[in-house]
Amino acid sequence: MAKPLIKVPPTAKKGEIIEIKTLIAHPMETGYRAGLNGATLPRDIIRRFVCSLDGEEIFSADFSPAIAANPFLSFFTRIEKSGSITFQWTGDNGFSVSETVEISVS
Amino acid sequence: MPMPRPSASTTYEKSRTSTRHPLALTIILSTALLALSPAQAANLTDNRRSGYAFMGPPLRAMQDDDMTNPASLWQRDGETLWAEPIGEAGRSCADCHGDAASSMRGVAARYPAFDRTMNRPIDLEQRINHCRTAYQKAGPLAFESHDLLALSTHVARQSRGLPIAIENSKALHPFLAMGRSLFHERQGQLNLSCAQCHDDNAGRSLGGATIPQAHPTGYPLYRLEWQGVGSLQRRLRNCMSGMRAAPYAFGAEAFVDLELYLMWRANGMPMESPAVRP
Ligand code: HEC
Ligand code: HEC
Repeated sequence: MAKPLIKVPPTAKKGEIIEIKTLIAHPMETGYRAGLNGATLPRDIIRRFVCSLDGEEIFSADFSPAIAANPFLSFFTRIEKSGSITFQWTGDNGFSVSETVEISVS
Repeated sequence: MPMPRPSASTTYEKSRTSTRHPLALTIILSTALLALSPAQAANLTDNRRSGYAFMGPPLRAMQDDDMTNPASLWQRDGETLWAEPIGEAGRSCADCHGDAASSMRGVAARYPAFDRTMNRPIDLEQRINHCRTAYQKAGPLAFESHDLLALSTHVARQSRGLPIAIENSKALHPFLAMGRSLFHERQGQLNLSCAQCHDDNAGRSLGGATIPQAHPTGYPLYRLEWQGVGSLQRRLRNCMSGMRAAPYAFGAEAFVDLELYLMWRANGMPMESPAVRP
């Protein structure tokens, strides 16, 4: 599947509040649904999302089976310095995706 | 904030055992409105509304922003596949068609289109598979497979905002006539026609869903109920099982005729692909 879509402003002023958006492809199978043969489909969800700036966590979220497929997240943070913003999604069946975006703060 | 799961109450076609279908639908066939000339189609323009117009602001916003429209993920994959050399010919779509943004501009808005080798209209999915088979020597992709949806989403995206433009050609007329009669024919255990819902009762509610006018402006599209992207034929199969009729097989000629009629009926309306629907 496609790489996640990430929206971060490339530049910002020191102390500015910026919005970050992410969209990732994932089935988010709840573990409660029956398949065509009547057997329960095993759970397959993203369990955790962490966003950090140069290794320091700025936002995180624990996902539950009630979250839709292809989850979209939007959150805000006050940005104080330039650096690498890392996005990490981990979940069932060894799911692990990570992306990095640079931001330049003046 | 994560997006909420769509409510299960919008799924009229899944409610096989429920008896809440309002069967007292009006049974007037408005055939007079549906003759075959585009000039007459233009007369209908004022009353035609895309499914978009029947959605609330949150879903419209989700469709409008590529960042929140999950179909973007399929389109991105399609963009990658477009450039991949495959098959015995070892060629990519891009090798022959170049940049999709220019070569595929407006193409999806003209499909289904008449194909000389098949001597009948083919839809966009079949057109893509034709290139795979004849030119890439790679064999067809399965209907509703991820890769075919990704490619058709990428191609259809290049028509966004452009008016639907089914050609007014004599060769298409018999197929349009067939599509039109399928649209008006009663079928299935509920003995309903497409027109009874989509012409006579558009805008009214059916088990929590609003009945749209069935304009295929946004396909392939992301449907919340599917939690994924699907083709127009998948949408039509949903409606057919809602009517308790046996859906045609994917790729069936009857489906392409119906798609052709629906696109012709929407001639001039802007393409939204890939749209979002409940
Ligand atoms: C019992 C009423 C009913 C019948 C009969 C019916 N449909 Fe539908 N159709 C619906 C509803 C309701 C929706 C929207 C579902 C939703 O939004 O969840 C829909 C959606 C559609 C759409 C999608 C429009 C969009 O904006 O994407 C198309 C196209 C369509 N129908 C075509 C057909 C065709 C062709 C037939 C006949 C084979 C048919 N329908 C029969 C009720 C019906
Ligand atoms: C070897 C060259 C070649 C390759 C590779 C190729 N095509 Fe084509 N394609 C053509 C030619 C030639 C036509 C038009 C002539 C015809 O009808 O066969 C065409 C027509 C089309 C059309 C219809 C255009 C219109 O204006 O109606 C679409 C859509 C299309 N191709 C998509 C694709 C996609 C998607 C791929 C990759 C999966 C692809 N093609 C690969 C040569 C190619």
